[in-house]
Amino acid sequence: YCLSGHPTLPCNVLKFKSTTIMLDCGLDMTSTLNFLPLPLVQSPRLSNLPGWSLKDGNAFLDKIYIIPSLSFRRANNLSTVDVILISNYALYDALPIHTRHTGFTAQCMPRNHQCQKAQSASLLLPSPLKDAVEVSTWRRCYTMQEVNSALSKIQLVGYSQKIELFGAVQVTPLSSGYALGSSNWIIQSHYEKVSYVSGSSLLTTHPQPMDQASLKNSDVLVLTGLTQIPTANPDGMVGEFCSNLALTVRNGGNVLVPCYPSGVIYDLLECLYQYIDSAGLSSVPLYFISPVANSSLEFSQIFAEWLCHNKQSKVYLPEPPFPHAELIQTNKLKHYPSIHGDFSNDFRQPCVVFTGHPSLRFGDVVHFMELWGKSSLNTVIFTEPDFSYLEALAPYQPLAMKCIYCPIDTRLNFIQVSKLLKEVQPLHVVCPEQYTQPPPAQSHRMDLMIDCQPPAMSYRRAEVLALPFKRRYEKIEIMPELADSLVPMEIKPGISLATVSAVLHTKDNKHLLQPPPRPAQPTSGKKRKRVSDDVPDCKVLKPLLSGSIPVEQFVQTLEKHGFSDIKVEDTAKGHIVLLQEAETLIQIEEDSTHIICDNDEMLRVRLRDLVLKFLQKF
Amino acid sequence: MPEIRVTPLGAGQDVGRSCILVSIAGKNVMLDCGMHMGFNDDRRFPDFSYITQNGRLTDFLDCVIISHFHLDHCGALPYFSEMVGYDGPIYMTHPTQAICPILLEDYRKIAVDKKGEANFFTSQMIKDCMKKVVAVHLHQTVQVDDELEIKAYYAGHVLGAAMFQIKVGSESVVYTGDYNMTPDRHLGAAWIDKCRPNLLITESTYATTIRDSKRCRERDFLKKVHETVERGGKVLIPVFALGRAQELCILLETFWERMNLKVPIYFSTGLTEKANHYYKLFIPWTNQKIRKTFVQRNMFEFKHIKAFDRAFADNPGPMVVFATPGMLHAGQSLQIFRKWAGNEKNMVIMPGYCVQGTVGHEILSGQRKLEMEGRQVLEVKMQVEYMSFSAHADAKGIMQLVGQAEPESVLLVHGEAKKMEFLKQKIEQELRVSCYMPANGETVTLPTSPSIPVGISLGLLKREMAQGLLPEAKKPRLLHGTLIMKDSNFRLVSSEQALKELGLAEHQLRFTCRVHLHDTRKEQETALRVYSHLKSVLKDHCVQHLPDGSVTVESVLLQAAAPSEDPGTKVLLVSWTYQDEELGSFLTSLLKKGLPQAPS
Repeated sequence: YCLSGHPTLPCNVLKFKSTTIMLDCGLDMTSTLNFLPLPLVQSPRLSNLPGWSLKDGNAFLDKIYIIPSLSFRRANNLSTVDVILISNYALYDALPIHTRHTGFTAQCMPRNHQCQKAQSASLLLPSPLKDAVEVSTWRRCYTMQEVNSALSKIQLVGYSQKIELFGAVQVTPLSSGYALGSSNWIIQSHYEKVSYVSGSSLLTTHPQPMDQASLKNSDVLVLTGLTQIPTANPDGMVGEFCSNLALTVRNGGNVLVPCYPSGVIYDLLECLYQYIDSAGLSSVPLYFISPVANSSLEFSQIFAEWLCHNKQSKVYLPEPPFPHAELIQTNKLKHYPSIHGDFSNDFRQPCVVFTGHPSLRFGDVVHFMELWGKSSLNTVIFTEPDFSYLEALAPYQPLAMKCIYCPIDTRLNFIQVSKLLKEVQPLHVVCPEQYTQPPPAQSHRMDLMIDCQPPAMSYRRAEVLALPFKRRYEKIEIMPELADSLVPMEIKPGISLATVSAVLHTKDNKHLLQPPPRPAQPTSGKKRKRVSDDVPDCKVLKPLLSGSIPVEQFVQTLEKHGFSDIKVEDTAKGHIVLLQEAETLIQIEEDSTHIICDNDEMLRVRLRDLVLKFLQKF
Repeated sequence: MPEIRVTPLGAGQDVGRSCILVSIAGKNVMLDCGMHMGFNDDRRFPDFSYITQNGRLTDFLDCVIISHFHLDHCGALPYFSEMVGYDGPIYMTHPTQAICPILLEDYRKIAVDKKGEANFFTSQMIKDCMKKVVAVHLHQTVQVDDELEIKAYYAGHVLGAAMFQIKVGSESVVYTGDYNMTPDRHLGAAWIDKCRPNLLITESTYATTIRDSKRCRERDFLKKVHETVERGGKVLIPVFALGRAQELCILLETFWERMNLKVPIYFSTGLTEKANHYYKLFIPWTNQKIRKTFVQRNMFEFKHIKAFDRAFADNPGPMVVFATPGMLHAGQSLQIFRKWAGNEKNMVIMPGYCVQGTVGHEILSGQRKLEMEGRQVLEVKMQVEYMSFSAHADAKGIMQLVGQAEPESVLLVHGEAKKMEFLKQKIEQELRVSCYMPANGETVTLPTSPSIPVGISLGLLKREMAQGLLPEAKKPRLLHGTLIMKDSNFRLVSSEQALKELGLAEHQLRFTCRVHLHDTRKEQETALRVYSHLKSVLKDHCVQHLPDGSVTVESVLLQAAAPSEDPGTKVLLVSWTYQDEELGSFLTSLLKKGLPQAPS
């Protein structure tokens, strides 16, 4: 099932072996662009702007969250979702909605694989919300309480930690290399493997590199979260970012970077760290304003285990893995929970400000836009690719400040995808429809689509796709006692067979074969014996037979066992053996034997056993 | 019969040089590779020649696992990997990987530079050795090869201490390393899930003690420190750089904060300071409280505790000094001890275990006149206190862990033989789990009976599940199938499918019995009578009367025929396949008894 129309904010539901797994639940915030910024101080200019609906609050919120949640409910009763797997920090904004609206019970926890990050993430999550809560209208969306209760259901897992779900499937998160703690998931049973690749990166930034080896041999690979700007090269963009920033600051202007409080910002700070010294800008203060700025920076330092090798070895020295620690120590980088309080005292221009939210609709960024928008010395640099920068800026027009768009998106691009697919060799690839055709703006760019063999299966929003594999086997364990009792026969070279009769025990979706119990002794205590007690349990299956009976040997055997007067007649298909004395007729054909006799059980059983000697049982 | 074999090369009925060989399902794993603090000759390292006699270690061992960075668990590692020669993987957690080389280097310096030992491992060897290390995360399942997998659990003993589960197929062993079941000020408690290993190898340092409440000990400690500084004395606390030092620092720090004390606390420079830094960076390995509060205030950034300088020792007035090493056998702690020993106002607090032959051990055993090098005699007038703050599980904790993991059997290492004996009895009596305590070089062999995993075809499984999910104790259902063994691939399929896959034709074995019945009526009526009779007897079975006059019971076919010669006898042909043997046989004998008279 696909529940989200946005390829980078996927929300898919996978039904696999009686478990229902939701893969990510991002919240598409682009619709916020239709609304007016929420300024710190009511500005008459803004509220008089035509063209943007002044619908604050309710309608707007309803739109963003009800759309996804309605389609969930239509597609599927959400309370049947057993578990939600989250692959990176950007993708669980909708979590509180799910947990609230659906009675998604605590029995099954969403597994936030972001072990390293989770705490910081959990703090990061409320960041847009905290802003939101200030504005009463946002409260409708979800409250802090709901956020907390949703977070309490999160279970953290580490990379490569195998987690059993109801004994039926095993899920394993793998490093995806995109952001601190981001992951891909492998959902597998003993015989099938589904990989879910979302927001991965092959570039070496700060997190652990992507784990590709484990993705091999997948039956199905679900591919989402590719880069949103396939034409831009992240390295080039970072360079451009730095040079623009330097230019502005040199001219005495201020730089505003609307960004999320985690993720790319670590890389930006690291680049700046190297850059500002060489550019002779070390006196320019950097400000990082977010309710979670401090914890975001602090948390990034202690999760060395989840970082790339270079950063890890720094910790062994021991040194903080990220250079922003040094920036903070030398007072070049300062962080504030909001623009109120200490910040206004320390504030010194020209400067660089990192703050949220990148949509320019809420958060402290609104204030800076108002403050600096009028001067052409200042620059706003967009780095987050989630929002169209033109639309984001629209309500602030006319704007004197410079606008530079340097989207930095380290997620996989299409060339990398084909390389990855070649490497991993999944049997099938599943991806959002958008990825199977070139982007509408550049329809001639045939390289901007997924190209693989067999062709990728695409899905659209609210569409249900049956994954093309059939489960054929399931794991079962045989008790050693039972295994000892098996008698294998070699049928063909290298292939042996053994007939198994055993008691099947199923517990927690795990199957165990135990040796059959000994036939119960007839209970003497039962006095009243009815006829029906003697009725055999016809459910006791007899093995199937195979092979054919060589007539001559059969006759010899019969003679050996005291049958005389045997007459063999040839028929079209086989032979008929007549035991005249016993008025018994045995038809032997290639694939069948028919014993016709009088009602003489003893005789019949003797004959039966003789025939069985020649046949193989299964 | 498959079996698990365990041979301790060190730490068998002993504390020190932990090194345990485990063979499980054809895989050989070495757990820990430690040195012995009490020896300075060959006995300080485990006897690795035992492992292969002459062969190469790399060929024999599949992997080496180090539980934590204490030297009695990792001290022999460079010797083992570089001097004896081992090139396979070495697994340990990230903090262990970070701290281990520092301690090894320190150990090397003391051994080579101070004692002038030759033939010891070099710094380069430590570096080369650490290159073979693969770091693991908590709960991460590491696939060593196709069959062998290991998984780390939190052990709480020191930063980065872990317990390891070693698993091959359905057989598994858990090795605890050193662990602590009660959370302390900076580390959490050990935890393991109910993984039901075949064998649990546990340390048993405190096999007999059940320690009094930690709170009491802490209060005692603080009281003594406080009293001493109040009367102007100096307190020396010899510690090892990592572990208890941090615990006691936090304890003192909070106490100073609360009491608003101004007396300086010093921390011997170098190692210990660096160590604190590691703690800051490995916050996720500490306990919950520290993890939660670290953004506001990192517990390892001490306000009252400052770096120590050698000159401070002669400063007048009270002070508290943490100095390394912990057993007063060398280094700064010994220097300070010599300076302060003569004054009865001062105090030394030994927070941990001291090995025989160290100054620490001597003063703890009550000696007051110590012979130092150069024939000097040092008179100890200062007060000597011993307080155990070791983070090992006590008897209660060990039992608790055994209960958590539910192993089939338990093996004790890292403890004294007498104490082990006591704990062994206790485990066997209270938990009814067999328990072993091999000495060094002694092998324990445990037979295991692993279940054999095979693939069952879904069709067969679903059919079975559909027929009876309710477990009936009296009448267990039997599952029939055929196991196809091809190479090493085992599949259980239904018999029909097996035949089909192998291209074999089914051979039908059919029986037809003539049953003579005395009945003068017509064939159809006879058939009808047979039908109603069977219907009444075989209530559980599907009895049908077909339009052509025959009767079926399940798939057994009954046909009435009238032989021409005798109109009073009808012949009933009962025909069934081998698969219906029981039912067919039953029917013929039932019909032989004749039909009951028709009620009409």
